[in-house]
Amino acid sequence: MNAIAPVGISPSAFLDRGDVKGNAARLKAADYLRTVGLPRAGVEAWKYTSLRALADVPFAVAPRDVDVGVVDTLLAEVETISGLGAGANRAVFVNGRFDAGRSRLPVGVKVSAFDPAAGTRDGIDPAGDVTTALNTVLADDGLALVVPEGVDAGCLLLVSIGLAGDDAPVSFHPQHRIVVEKGGRLAMLDAAVGRGYYLHNPLYDITVEEGGYLSHARIQAEGRKALHLAVSHARVATHGVYDSFTLTLGASLSRHEVHAGLNAAGASVHVNGAQLLSDHQHGDLTSVITHAAPDCISRQTVKNVLADHARGVFQGKIHVERIAQKTDGYQMNQALLLSDTAEIDAKPELEIYADDVKCSHGATVGALDDDQLFYLRSRGIPNEAARSILIRAFLHDVVDQIDDARLKDSLNLAVEAWWKREVA
Amino acid sequence: MPAVAETRKTVETLGQNTYKWGFETDIEMDIAPKGLNEDTIRLISSRKKEPEWLLEWRLKAYRSWLEMREPTWAKVHYPPIDYQDVHYYAAPRKKPGPKSLEEVDPELLRTYEKLGIPLHEQAMLAGVELPEGEEARPPVAVDAVFDSVSVATTFRKTLQEAGVIFCPISEAVQEHPELVRKYLGSVVPVTDNFYAALNAAVFTDGSFVFVPKGVRCPMELSTYFRINARNTGQFERTLIIVEDGASVSYLEGCTAPMRDENQLHAAVVELVAMEDASIKYSTVQNWYPGDENGRGGIYNFVTKRGACRGARSKISWTQVETGSAITWKYPSCILQGEGSVGEFYSVAVTNNHQQADTGTKMIHIGRNTRSTIIAKTISAGQSDSTYRGLVRMMPKASGSRNFTQCDSLLIGDRCGAHTVPYIENRNMSARVEHEATTSKISEDQLFYCRQRGLSEEDAVGLIVNGFCKDVLKELPMEFAVEAQKLLQISLEGSVG
Repeated sequence: MNAIAPVGISPSAFLDRGDVKGNAARLKAADYLRTVGLPRAGVEAWKYTSLRALADVPFAVAPRDVDVGVVDTLLAEVETISGLGAGANRAVFVNGRFDAGRSRLPVGVKVSAFDPAAGTRDGIDPAGDVTTALNTVLADDGLALVVPEGVDAGCLLLVSIGLAGDDAPVSFHPQHRIVVEKGGRLAMLDAAVGRGYYLHNPLYDITVEEGGYLSHARIQAEGRKALHLAVSHARVATHGVYDSFTLTLGASLSRHEVHAGLNAAGASVHVNGAQLLSDHQHGDLTSVITHAAPDCISRQTVKNVLADHARGVFQGKIHVERIAQKTDGYQMNQALLLSDTAEIDAKPELEIYADDVKCSHGATVGALDDDQLFYLRSRGIPNEAARSILIRAFLHDVVDQIDDARLKDSLNLAVEAWWKREVA
Repeated sequence: MPAVAETRKTVETLGQNTYKWGFETDIEMDIAPKGLNEDTIRLISSRKKEPEWLLEWRLKAYRSWLEMREPTWAKVHYPPIDYQDVHYYAAPRKKPGPKSLEEVDPELLRTYEKLGIPLHEQAMLAGVELPEGEEARPPVAVDAVFDSVSVATTFRKTLQEAGVIFCPISEAVQEHPELVRKYLGSVVPVTDNFYAALNAAVFTDGSFVFVPKGVRCPMELSTYFRINARNTGQFERTLIIVEDGASVSYLEGCTAPMRDENQLHAAVVELVAMEDASIKYSTVQNWYPGDENGRGGIYNFVTKRGACRGARSKISWTQVETGSAITWKYPSCILQGEGSVGEFYSVAVTNNHQQADTGTKMIHIGRNTRSTIIAKTISAGQSDSTYRGLVRMMPKASGSRNFTQCDSLLIGDRCGAHTVPYIENRNMSARVEHEATTSKISEDQLFYCRQRGLSEEDAVGLIVNGFCKDVLKELPMEFAVEAQKLLQISLEGSVG
């Protein structure tokens, strides 16, 4: 056989920086990066997204000294787009580091300092994918939060602010660990904004214990020069709920990878999202939902609205293990192309090993429906207004699936703000 | 009787006009030594008296094959194949075929019987030599491929009168070199993929069909492929060209005798449809799937592709895949011509330890092109079945449409069914719709049938046939009947 070793692009710029002498997970992740590297063309999981933008770029450690004025401006921006005012509980990270002065944590939750030696929990393979490996090697801060048994921690705003120059690339790799204990509740709005040329590579290590409830909505509104590579690893126990939503608006290149494990009977997970992209933006939402126990429910709706030369990617896999009988899985992905140069690539995937399941997926891709437009036009609505109504209705449909009313309002506000900025 | 004389006698009874090559050779030379190198290719080429350009074409394919890697993205697992441990040329028989049905392996006959194949055709399938002058039942023209050389072609005359050329491709190379040279490799280039390159380098025979302008082919064309000699890979090459306004329906049926060792099969099928032309290509694939423990069976790595070159042309693939230990097959349509149409109807059944990764590719290039994909996947036993399909809308494919429906049925909890669609759209006015479901046979339906006295196996057969109805109705009549029975046989032992 004429096999060629699968060597990708070397991420040496990162490896030179990492403290690989740390724990076993770090060593393993560093080893993965050294041997496998960034995904080369032809790697199935990275079929539609290239990390060439990372190759040979000397990303430096993000500076601690930043312009306080700009930080406050950006923080105010987050408050505006999310509708969560200054009174809301929040955890603020600037260039990946916790900013205690600007944060106010909810009462009743346990917060501990980030411990680089602790590593991620069992079940997360530090060498499972490049995003996780990169974070594992370089993580030096993050939110470590526990919602204790039975506590409703209300709403928390998790803010990431990235600040860098336009030609001196920096990167930061926060590692957030969120545990919702038995019967606990938390609604977390997670917003990322910034200016300049930086890479934001967060990892979310999420555990929802028995009967726990975590609503996790993300607004990714990074600066237009930024790169955003996020990965969430969530495991959900009996009757636990993890309701997640990713709204992708910013960054030149972004990918959010969600690995959700339904590990005990009755667990449920929602991995929803919307990507609103224009210009030459590239946005990738990739998810792997693993049904590892019987009687679990997963729901996924992902929508893309793509203008100009934007490229949207959706890869969603539902994996049903042999033991996971009575699985109920549903996945829908839809894309709206607003220009002839935009592109959507979708790969909704079902991998099923149990026979008594109900799994389905659907996908539609196309332009606005002429009949719908005609309907509105015939009632005297001008073309632009009619288009606006249809596009917003298209998005409203997915934002509406967020359970938590506060988060839903925030996301709707963010979509409206995007709409005004991009179209008006 | 000495071996050489025996071979000659066999060959003579097969009809001299259809078997031209290899008379001078002794029996040892009828099978090329194991292994693949430029000499093997030169041997094949010279044995087939091929022109220089074809040899060069083969060598080019071989050289690019050397640079290529075996694809690993499909969801199939098998021990590494030693491509040097395969005979690349076997012509036409190592030993004579049975003289009558009594000499045929009874196990094989039982299968035929279950399929309801007429005795007459059973003989054909089992390789029993027909007496001179006797032909298969009309109106199906049969070009039977026994191992690597087409040895019996019927109905040549009727077709000739209509202007249709239907012959072994090796013959077409001699008699219609200009057509072969123009179209061979024009749909599946030699460098297309690992298996296609291998096929281009070593293909020994296959079918060639040419339907000239405005001609509606007077009968359905059919080829029975059969793998016969031990350890010979089959590398057929089929080329079908349909000119402006012409149409053809082509049937391909496959059977193979029981074998212990895995056999490699890497065929290439190329279809070309010009303006207003239409091609319907139907396959029933029933090669030896291995025994219930997963031993043996055919490795089927096939590249099938059709080009809708002209405006309003149409290519329709229908397949019923029940055989082979491993299936790797993606019949595709390249929709170039404005308003051209591509269709893919598929039933894939896997049982025991079979693995199938099959689907289609619809590449929409021209304006207002349309495609439909209906794929039904049934997994039983410990098998794995994957639908993998690509729909790509290129920037100029304005107003194009695709509709895809994939349904999977799982029988038992030790099998797997997977759906992997790829949707790529670069034109805002193109629309792609995809839907997929996975479920098991409903208890209610089963109960209903059982309550009315059907055995569990019959009930499952009935339900499965209903599940596949959308695809089976696309098959030509005689295939549809055969396919229904085939489904039932394939699922034998999967329930209860």
